[in-house]
Amino acid sequence: MEYIIHILVITGIYIILTLSLNLIVGYTGLAALGHIAFAAVGAYTSSLLALNFGISPWIGIIVGAILASVLGAIVAYPSLRLTGDYLALATFGLGVIVYSVAKNWVGLTRGPMGLPGIPAFSIFGFQFSNVWAYLLLVLVFVLITYLAIRNITNSPFGRILKGIREDEIASQAMGKSVNKYKLIVFVVGAFFAGIAGSLYAHYITFIDPSSFTVMESIAILLMVVFGGMGSLKGSFVGASILVVFPELLRFLGMPSSIAAPMRQMIYGLLLVILMIWRPQGLLGRFKFK
Amino acid sequence: MLQVHNLCKEFDGIKAVDDLSFTIEENSIVSLVGPNGSGKTTAFNLISRFLKPDNGKVFLEGRDITFFNPFRIARLGLGRTFQNIRLFPQISVLDNVMLGLGYETGERFSAALLQSRRMKREEASNIKKAEELLEFVGLSGKRDSPAEKLSHGQRKLLELARILALEPKIFLLDEPIAGLFPETKRTMLGLIQALKKKGGTILFIEHDLNSVMAVAEKVIVLNYGKKIAEGRPEEVTNNEEVLSAYLGKRRV
Repeated sequence: MEYIIHILVITGIYIILTLSLNLIVGYTGLAALGHIAFAAVGAYTSSLLALNFGISPWIGIIVGAILASVLGAIVAYPSLRLTGDYLALATFGLGVIVYSVAKNWVGLTRGPMGLPGIPAFSIFGFQFSNVWAYLLLVLVFVLITYLAIRNITNSPFGRILKGIREDEIASQAMGKSVNKYKLIVFVVGAFFAGIAGSLYAHYITFIDPSSFTVMESIAILLMVVFGGMGSLKGSFVGASILVVFPELLRFLGMPSSIAAPMRQMIYGLLLVILMIWRPQGLLGRFKFK
Repeated sequence: MLQVHNLCKEFDGIKAVDDLSFTIEENSIVSLVGPNGSGKTTAFNLISRFLKPDNGKVFLEGRDITFFNPFRIARLGLGRTFQNIRLFPQISVLDNVMLGLGYETGERFSAALLQSRRMKREEASNIKKAEELLEFVGLSGKRDSPAEKLSHGQRKLLELARILALEPKIFLLDEPIAGLFPETKRTMLGLIQALKKKGGTILFIEHDLNSVMAVAEKVIVLNYGKKIAEGRPEEVTNNEEVLSAYLGKRRV
């Protein structure tokens, strides 16, 4: 049972990542391939604050999300000039940089040795250290993320984001400050990704750079596309299926040395099938351009 | 209303727009004509600042807008359409028009996040406005279908409705009737004249000279980026330089 709850916690964290990336990629149409970098900033910030200064994870998660937002604003800068494939490459580069910093700045992050013993969230002496309590905590954050992104997208503001996805030049001709909107979208998306990163760190209680590789960014993008670009329900479905599905492989009795590469292959295969049969994703209405 | 002074733009040594100057009076219909490649669309792009001029200045209501961003120019009251039609294909016809409408509250991040009541009131009145505009161009029946499902003519009409939503002081229409069936063409020309009656100022690019003659009060003729004639339609068609550059070929 605990194992199932554990999977639900992980699914919840991925749902936050997928929802926040959907805002950037699905609604606004900005090809961003470095989403896990924002989660890494959130995770390392709140972990280091807790380990080195004894700062409460409640404060750490907010500081981490804010620092991730700052990084989001920095990434937004190339997005003002680059579009499509070029933006994808630039954000991919960001993911590589953040990963390299986490791996090589040993003095701060302990590099590949990772950060063990990250304290759990606690409130009035109650520790969120068992999986049930943590599931509740994650669900609260999933709900906050969902409501925030639903409100943002379900408004004239959100309509402008879709307009930018459909045609940037026409949006400008309609008097919309495209750059301002792109900046906000990256900042907000990075904020929630930062929260997801902190939630992960204080749950697993250990982080190292291997959790934040570019492959992870691609997996999150896959969840967005799989569920449906510009569909919030799709993000729930996409993240759930792609987190739970590989776990099922364990029950087929595969040794983990085979199950891990199988996971990658199945992701790839699912994506190929989906792009052929349903390019807008399971619940999406919008196609890649 | 709109003044253009000595506008220049070169592409790889070719002068696409060469020392172009003209003035558009308030509440007039002016047509920009010229053979293919004579720099008409480039001139539009320079005025609306989607291209940066090498030289020259543009004034909108006496205000120097030469170095403003395109979105600011649009907000100041210069609305343009595009030769190859730029709609928002995967969203509804109604939403396309609503993207042209001005908002005070709803476009703000905080209002969206908190779903402010003011935003919702604004939205309700804007939906009404957008529906009226669709009625005006005759697209009410297509309200909820995605823009990409429209025919060529309907797209042109939708682009016009969207630009109307922006409530610009001056309309720059890039080939508003190109490729339209005769009936839609008449509708479009009627709409352009209706705009003028409502106090609008219109500058449009057009190839179909009969239509130009029918609605334009003034014609500006470009050839190789240079203005070769300007005047009332009947004056311009008798200008020798224009005849040899453009109309002459048609009469042979």
